[in-house]
Amino acid sequence: MSIAETLGQLALFADLSPSQLEAIAHSHEEDVFAAGERVLRKGLSGGNFYVILEGEAAVGIGGEQRVKLMRGDYFGEISALTGDVPTADVVASTMLRCLVIPAPQLERLLLDRPQLMLRMLRMEAHRLRNTLEWQP
Amino acid sequence: MAAVERPYPPGDYDVVVVGSGPGGLQTSYCLRRLGVRHAVLSRDDRPGGMFQRFPIFQRLITWTKPDAPVERGSREYEWYDHNSLLAEEPEAKALVPGLMDRAFDLPSRAEMEAGLAAFAERAQVEVRYGCTWESTRHEGEQIVLGTSDGEYRCRAVVFALGVTEPWRADVPGLEHAAHYVDTMKCDRYADRDVFVVGKRNSGFEVAQGILPWARSIVLGSPRPVQTDALALSALRVRYLHPYDEYARGGPGTYVIDVSIERIEPVGERLRVFTRGTTWDGALEFEVDDVIAATGFQTPLQDLPQLGLVTVADGRIPALTPYWESVSLPGVFFAGNASQGARGIGKRGAGASSSSVNGFRYNARVLARHLAERLNGHEPGREPVADVVSFLLRELTSAPELWVQKGYLCRVVSASDGTHVDEGVVPLATFLDSPGPDAFAASVEVDETGRIIPTLYVRRRGEIAEHQLDPHPLHEYESEPYRRHVEVLVGAYATRSHSAAPAISTVASTSSQVATRPSATTLSRRGANVHTSASSPRFDGG
Repeated sequence: MSIAETLGQLALFADLSPSQLEAIAHSHEEDVFAAGERVLRKGLSGGNFYVILEGEAAVGIGGEQRVKLMRGDYFGEISALTGDVPTADVVASTMLRCLVIPAPQLERLLLDRPQLMLRMLRMEAHRLRNTLEWQP
Repeated sequence: MAAVERPYPPGDYDVVVVGSGPGGLQTSYCLRRLGVRHAVLSRDDRPGGMFQRFPIFQRLITWTKPDAPVERGSREYEWYDHNSLLAEEPEAKALVPGLMDRAFDLPSRAEMEAGLAAFAERAQVEVRYGCTWESTRHEGEQIVLGTSDGEYRCRAVVFALGVTEPWRADVPGLEHAAHYVDTMKCDRYADRDVFVVGKRNSGFEVAQGILPWARSIVLGSPRPVQTDALALSALRVRYLHPYDEYARGGPGTYVIDVSIERIEPVGERLRVFTRGTTWDGALEFEVDDVIAATGFQTPLQDLPQLGLVTVADGRIPALTPYWESVSLPGVFFAGNASQGARGIGKRGAGASSSSVNGFRYNARVLARHLAERLNGHEPGREPVADVVSFLLRELTSAPELWVQKGYLCRVVSASDGTHVDEGVVPLATFLDSPGPDAFAASVEVDETGRIIPTLYVRRRGEIAEHQLDPHPLHEYESEPYRRHVEVLVGAYATRSHSAAPAISTVASTSSQVATRPSATTLSRRGANVHTSASSPRFDGG
């Protein structure tokens, strides 16, 4: 399956047309990580936005694996949008295939495709609600 | 060939290298220097790999400057010469500039091919030519390669196969198109309407080649042309006339963002159905020729069946920072296919592994990795007397760091007040592996294309990143830089022997919170080092 077809199956991209998806797929690189490789590095500048196409990753905070990420999930958006360095590592827990969107291009993409921005905003809202519910 | 005894008969080797292009030649040369027992096989009858045929329009896009401010053959000169392979012997160094006619500061295909042949001869790189790799299997820990001459067994294989096998996108009707590789004669496009599918290197190159001949040219592909990216691409050196004409409204040349839905024959001509990717709507074109400039792939043969994981629609192997398959242990790639390792990809930056300038260093780093892993080879580690000067000199003139920006770094370890040169390694490996306290120098690029010298400090397993100020001439050996780095290095030394409060803040920049006060401390001391979290250049993405 092509990257554009895979993206079309993910909730984040559900509102985009096939040719819009092709533009995204052809504009950004795909990267594959072996299990155990670090993808996002805590404290280091220049982190990208990653969309998981295949495989699983884990968010590690303080040496603990806090959150499991799967196909269709994304990460790196907070540092990409705020310009701050990531506050957690993200490590591939299986073979992991991602679409990689550098921060400046993420901003351009969100402005060009408001449907995508709205989807992301909803997903961020869900994440925030889950985080708040889990507070002791 | 029969009269000469051919090297490397079938049998057992520590490493087998497949390919006799620049990647294979450089890998073999470096393995030999480290005493690694290996064989080199090639289906070709002479060295040169892709440069026997490509680029079709006969001019490379990577520079070689025959005269430079530094001596030809010096390490610093490698930054001025992106096309020669690396050697220690004077007679095998910097061979391409001596073969150039200086029509451009970019060698022609023939000059490049001659340079590789001269390297193979003068560096005495032996190859078993006319030996075709046919099959691959694992037997226990060993890898067995079936070839036209028999079986080779090895502990690691390095495939230097190039990325030159034509690849066609999955577009209905694209079989009616000629591939870029078949466009040799430009005059056959005289007075014809041509649609080029693809807007990367080969698309623009072929359009440039037929520009004086064709009646009209349309370049179409889904990816939007980003002029800021093009302005910094190697392509601009030779092949951007078609885009330039289009951007200025020139008639008969169009560069459009479309997905190609299908191609249908209409009598003698072809109809191309497209749909906009960055604009709404559809366009149809009736043309005499369609050229598929949809790129190339590595000829992986049976490796995908063995479980080799790939990227880019199956075209390139997915690799670890040391260019080993992420899925097949012991299977490594050199040369152009080493682009399958993207590195840490800060701000989306990739490595320069798809051209000779970058992958010649990959080969040297890989050879050392294999020597250590297979033979337990201990590289000679030189002590570094003046670590500040050493790091600043590397940042200013190390060709490995300048070519492989953000991918390769120079590491100096520090223990008990002694500094030791640990050589050049992938930056990802330095950042992600445990190790002694150390410094790593890396040349990086920010999102605006500005070149940023960067130092990483590893202390008790924690890494802190420090960006130095850019310099208009890229010279980082002057007094202000020296003071900056002295603070970083001094912080380490002071901290490890007797903790000093003012400096301890600097040394603990691994967390975002601690970074901000440390930057203040530094600027009060007149050392204007930017730490990552506090640097304004990252605000606002």
